Amino acid sequence: MQSTIGATYDEMYDADGTIRPAYARFHDWYEGQDRDWLKKQDAEAERFFRRTGITFNVYGDDAGEERLIPFDMIPRIITANEWRKLSRGIEQRVRALNAFLHDLYHRQEIVRSGRLPERLLRGNEAFLPQMVGFTPPGDVYTHVVGIDLVRTGPDEFMVLEDNARTPSGVSYMLENRETMMAMFPELFSRVAVRPVSDYPRRLARSLAACAPSCAGERPVVAVLTPGIFNSAYFEHAFLADQMGAELVEGSDLRVVDGRIAMRTTTGYQPIDVIYRRVDDDYLDPLSFNKDSVLGVAGIMDIYRAGRITIANAPGTGIADDKAIYSFMPEIVEFYTGEKPILQNVPTWRCSEPEALKYVLDNLKDLVVKEVHGSGGYGMLIGPTSSRGEIARFEQKLRARPENYIAQPTLALSTVPIFTKAGLAPRHVDLRPFVLVSPGGIDITPGGLTRVALKKGSLVVNSSQGGGTKDSWVLED
Amino acid sequence: MLGRSANGIYWMSRYLERAENSARLLDVGFRMALTRGAQAASEEWRSVLVTTGQDVAYRQKFEDYAGPQVFNFILRGPDNPASVLAMLDNARSNARSVRTALTREAWETTNEAWMVLRDMLARPVRETNLGDVIAAIRRQTTQVRGAMDGTMLRNEIFNFARLGTFIERADSTARILDVKYYVLLPSLSWVGSSLDNVQWETVLRSVAGDRAYRWLNAGRLDPRGIAEFLILDGRFPRSLVFSYDKLASNLAGLARQYGGETSAHELLRAARTKLQSVSIGQIIEGGLHEFITDFIADTIRISQAIAAEYRFIE
Repeated sequence: MQSTIGATYDEMYDADGTIRPAYARFHDWYEGQDRDWLKKQDAEAERFFRRTGITFNVYGDDAGEERLIPFDMIPRIITANEWRKLSRGIEQRVRALNAFLHDLYHRQEIVRSGRLPERLLRGNEAFLPQMVGFTPPGDVYTHVVGIDLVRTGPDEFMVLEDNARTPSGVSYMLENRETMMAMFPELFSRVAVRPVSDYPRRLARSLAACAPSCAGERPVVAVLTPGIFNSAYFEHAFLADQMGAELVEGSDLRVVDGRIAMRTTTGYQPIDVIYRRVDDDYLDPLSFNKDSVLGVAGIMDIYRAGRITIANAPGTGIADDKAIYSFMPEIVEFYTGEKPILQNVPTWRCSEPEALKYVLDNLKDLVVKEVHGSGGYGMLIGPTSSRGEIARFEQKLRARPENYIAQPTLALSTVPIFTKAGLAPRHVDLRPFVLVSPGGIDITPGGLTRVALKKGSLVVNSSQGGGTKDSWVLED
Repeated sequence: MLGRSANGIYWMSRYLERAENSARLLDVGFRMALTRGAQAASEEWRSVLVTTGQDVAYRQKFEDYAGPQVFNFILRGPDNPASVLAMLDNARSNARSVRTALTREAWETTNEAWMVLRDMLARPVRETNLGDVIAAIRRQTTQVRGAMDGTMLRNEIFNFARLGTFIERADSTARILDVKYYVLLPSLSWVGSSLDNVQWETVLRSVAGDRAYRWLNAGRLDPRGIAEFLILDGRFPRSLVFSYDKLASNLAGLARQYGGETSAHELLRAARTKLQSVSIGQIIEGGLHEFITDFIADTIRISQAIAAEYRFIE
């Protein structure tokens, strides 16, 4: 494995500066627009987002200060062909993830067969003993999955990480499209783009299809949010609103007659499916963090009695573990019997002495991540870090090598963003959203493109100055 | 609907109404300052603080009732939890927490009101732009009401919003009367001096009733008529009777949807009967102050019953 991979691939222009076919129609349109008018539209987009309240809270910032995730109006475009292959790979991976989770909480065949070291599970907080031997309604673990993809070449899409726990960002996918259609309606009559707007309806249908057997003909679905100070509150409210589901907080819920019920103005009403945006640890003060006020006391007992569906299932976070991630090629093959269609990013497990030695010798070229981390926190990006930062990180790494994995600094593909000076390439990733139910796996065409707005930056996380783009999958 | 959502939308409406009422009261102080000079205005500023229940907190910080000091405290005092800015923050937080119960337009106008007024109140307000600020508060809160009126289903959600609005309004008009009753009282039987006329007019102005009253009474001001207008005139949208009428129709809406009445209905019915069966003469004979005190207590009891019966909190 090498510590850096390839030269940067730009998705709009090839090496000679010629427009790639995917962007041809868009580019034609773009060239015909008045620059000053585009600048005005750009400013208008920000006002639109502020007015609609599409904001997120940044942890560690001044009390409750709300920020916008910057929106860039140049779309990220994927051809029908590219998407066909991607969606086959995503479908395969998500199928494997669910089979893997079922196995982990039952016979652990994959450990018995020697393909996955048992030590990855032992003492891993994301592995929940409460789930062992229990099969969730419909045998679905990851009702909603986000697969983070990066691109390094014409045909090279790789999975950067799996988000089986609680992927967020889908509201931005939807609002970005709404914004683009409001700003440039004529663009959508010129270019045939596959729609995404029915995601909430599909989510509602998919969740209802996972309802427990005690549910009526029209299962009652509720979205559980930690509340208005959570960074993704807007999304929780947005999805509940679009699905026509109640948006509940822990304080609205309690156990009544062996069901989870919400306090309505006329008394307690039972719920069949909880789409929870609260972490496992806060879900049930009786089973997990006893100080939690965000969850529902006793929900795990009701869950294990098969009288409520929790989406995603508790304990799915184990699949997000970055040490487990490094085994995904084996996992996919073990459960599907097929070669993985989507590749992993090459990964060094620092728990292995040889790998650790390599990582320590090459820190300045590598990206090092905590195995349990997320959101771009607690990671080192070698090439853009100072010596001091690298030295400090090295100490942490030496102290707990098993807590880290390392990856080459990928030359993430670029897509231009709109700047006052014209188009300028910036690095992007892609998070497609996947719904799982007994009825099948449903992938929304496109997903959320995150873009590092700072020139040369590879960090696309919104908490670290990233923005988003509308993501188009072209019709055939 | 969730009890917490009912609570949220009820308080969102109360806070917006309270912000608007504060603005109207400030407008009266402002007018006094413009027309009667600093001394008379200072008395009016104090009365605004008393009416809105902020006088104690104010005196802990300040010695005198200088206009800019008072209106900045009421509008944006950083440690005044009852400031207009705090009310707008509260209204918006409540709106956010019940986002799914609001239409997009209702939410957006609330959010916009908060953004516009927060920017206007980011720096100390000077006498020269007080008028603009007051007008903006009235306009923004009116827009929210308009958006709700024009886009929301007439269901339980709307009923709880209206209950919040009219509990707050009944309480506010009653408190204005309570603070000002002495202005109306000594002169109930005789035609006042021009100073009295100004005082009476401020009472009307605090509830945006000056024009309507003049129109109904061919320009004649008399304190008994003013008291009657603010308490008993069912045509005036800030009178006590009007507010209770609205409480009654919205509680009736809830009873229809939920298939039954609650203790809130009983309390309102009793209080409303008192209000409907009394004349202004009887009110004054029995003591305006006592009447108002009683009314405020009734209103509080009704609002507590609404919160308990509809499970606002566990």
